[in-house]
Amino acid sequence: MSHETNTRNNGWRVCSSAFVALLAIVAILSPGCSRPANRPVVVGAKKFTESVILAEMGARLAREGGVESRRDDLGGTPALWLALTQGDIDVYPEYTGTITRQMLKADPPDLSEALAARGIRIGKPLGFRNNYALGMRKDTAANKGITKISDLRGHPELRLGFIHEFLDRPDGWPGVKRHYDLPQANVQGMNHTLAYRALVEKAIDLTEVYTTDGEIAQYDLLVLADDRNFFPAYEAVWLYRADLGDRHPKVVEQLRRLEGRISEPDMQRMNATVQEEKRDEGLVAGEFLGRVLNVGDGGQSSDGSLAGRLLTTTVEHLWLVVPSLLAALLVAVPLGILAARHPAIGRIVLAVTGVIQTIPSLALLLFMIPVMMWLVGKGTGAPPAVAALFLYSLLPIVRNTYAGLTGIPAPLKESAEALGLPAWAILWRVELPLAARTILAGARTAAVINVGTATLGGFIGAGGYGRPILRGIDKFDIPLMLEGAIPAALLALAVEGLFELAERAISRRG
Amino acid sequence: MFALNDVTKIYAGQPALGPVSLTFPVGRTTVLIGPSGCGKSTLLRLLVGLVKPDDGAVIFDGTPVSPSNARAVRLRTGYVIQDGGLFPHLTARGNVTLMARHLGWDHGRINARLAELAELTRFPLDGLDRFPQQLSGGQRQRVGLMRALMLNPDALLLDEPLGALDPLVRADLQTELRDVFRAVGKTVVLVTHDLGEAAYFADLVVLLRDGRILQQGSASDLWHRPADPFVTRFVQAQRGPEVRDNEP
Repeated sequence: MSHETNTRNNGWRVCSSAFVALLAIVAILSPGCSRPANRPVVVGAKKFTESVILAEMGARLAREGGVESRRDDLGGTPALWLALTQGDIDVYPEYTGTITRQMLKADPPDLSEALAARGIRIGKPLGFRNNYALGMRKDTAANKGITKISDLRGHPELRLGFIHEFLDRPDGWPGVKRHYDLPQANVQGMNHTLAYRALVEKAIDLTEVYTTDGEIAQYDLLVLADDRNFFPAYEAVWLYRADLGDRHPKVVEQLRRLEGRISEPDMQRMNATVQEEKRDEGLVAGEFLGRVLNVGDGGQSSDGSLAGRLLTTTVEHLWLVVPSLLAALLVAVPLGILAARHPAIGRIVLAVTGVIQTIPSLALLLFMIPVMMWLVGKGTGAPPAVAALFLYSLLPIVRNTYAGLTGIPAPLKESAEALGLPAWAILWRVELPLAARTILAGARTAAVINVGTATLGGFIGAGGYGRPILRGIDKFDIPLMLEGAIPAALLALAVEGLFELAERAISRRG
Repeated sequence: MFALNDVTKIYAGQPALGPVSLTFPVGRTTVLIGPSGCGKSTLLRLLVGLVKPDDGAVIFDGTPVSPSNARAVRLRTGYVIQDGGLFPHLTARGNVTLMARHLGWDHGRINARLAELAELTRFPLDGLDRFPQQLSGGQRQRVGLMRALMLNPDALLLDEPLGALDPLVRADLQTELRDVFRAVGKTVVLVTHDLGEAAYFADLVVLLRDGRILQQGSASDLWHRPADPFVTRFVQAQRGPEVRDNEP
């Protein structure tokens, strides 16, 4: 290794340890970072209706096993797999085809042995399959004479819309395209629910469907035959941590009661009930368990009343916004002071915080999962969201602190110095009060951005207003979306108002 | 009180001052005068350690001024700049008492001193709770003076204290300022570019040009015994108003 790279590595190490130190501060300030021994059993769910319904069933069955339990919605397969292997969640419903093609990227003769090597157990099939398939409007397909996937080869003009995960997965579009030698080039990535809407509105011609999707029946779609057997079987199973069986054998016992009990029509009906009738997933799951397994609480919703839900999401949202903003203030104001005092350091500080701001918020959020896992042992929920929000809030405060301090007229600084005040007293008694209005304006910008960005916490189970928004998008349930969007907007306005008052209080003096 | 021994100050490779040697007599008023850029403000900053000499030494009360004792020098020296240099976030009272509060003076002592100074500078008591923007230029200057005198310093430095005022206020304040100087009996160093003002205040006038001392002495020395043709030009350039009575 050359000397130059050596130095650069050292520099990088210094930078990264400083970064880690910052995150540690956030971690200390953020709630729920400790990992109590008897924490509840966490059932993970992907962000689509079926997964949520199954996870609700899992949470209810775990309660039957005599422990506290809750559901955590965590985006896509990679996030769930990471959370499961790291221990953020204990169990979640998965599909066999996804396990072999996407997670293991191999087709081992003994699936449970391959998973056991990673500390994960797999249950027996729950009974139904949810295969990938390609779907079209029946009239479009009839016009073009398409009934099976191989027919697509003669229609390169078709417009395709898939979820991003399907676009990337080897068992998704790249595999189908190769297997069938398909010519289509007009392919867009979009949300699953939106793809269905687009298909119905004829904005696209073809999308991927899951064979248990309620929408297939709802929109009367044609599922193209997989005439060359590309798609593997996707049998729903429980994936759970090996240590769950040791800690809570009764929970595993209860979960396995569901094996072989859900038929494909059952699942389709439940999906459709949630999608079309906008019923709550928990209610649907509870009704099914009550009917089939004779399990306790019948159809009671785990989500409670609207007011109760609003209170919960508001408290969750504030637990994301307030700690991250306070931590950002505690770190960014000193950084701004440092930047104003030492121009060389200042350029670096402003550049680094500026770069953080350009990272897409979702990417930063996902990046924080392993980082917070390593730092505080909790990679999902509030800690990574608070860490990401903290980083986002830095720039406006650092920049305004810097601008406020460097904008103080030189004669004033000289007057303070000539009085005989020591440097810290000049900062405290003269410079910071003079820069206060500018710093406050920075904090205000940071706070409003923070309230908005915190809705993305819904992607990693951090709760808050993002949860109803994302669930609403998935179910195309507008009232549910508004249940998150309206309070988020109101909170942003309230924050604006609060800062307005603070600014007025400051400017009343002079 | 203050002395400069062969002091040189260089800014951006250009000598801004010196080498200069000068002694400021205790209890007297010394006025530094000269055209803009002659180094008179730099000299004032050197005295309280706001800038460090590149060569030579600044002496305060027999001791060289260094970064380690500059704060002690400043506590014994009041400093007033043009327009007062008041902190806009503090009231007149807050500005004047800032340093005393920082040093932990008790309320009674602070208020007594404040009342004394308001009387000395003829500052209205009801103006004490106003912010600098709410005061007139002359009042701001009085606040600046009170702030400089708060700790009862041994010396008072003023950098063009009356430069920003209109002529009538300026004339009033000149009178008051001279009374104050006489009343407190301190070592005063005042910077101005106005020879009339210099003559009015000074026990000793020091004329600077391009960072060097051209002449020091009384104001009348500069008028009647110029040491250099530039002194003559500088003195004559400061002409008074030409008012002719016998216009046709």
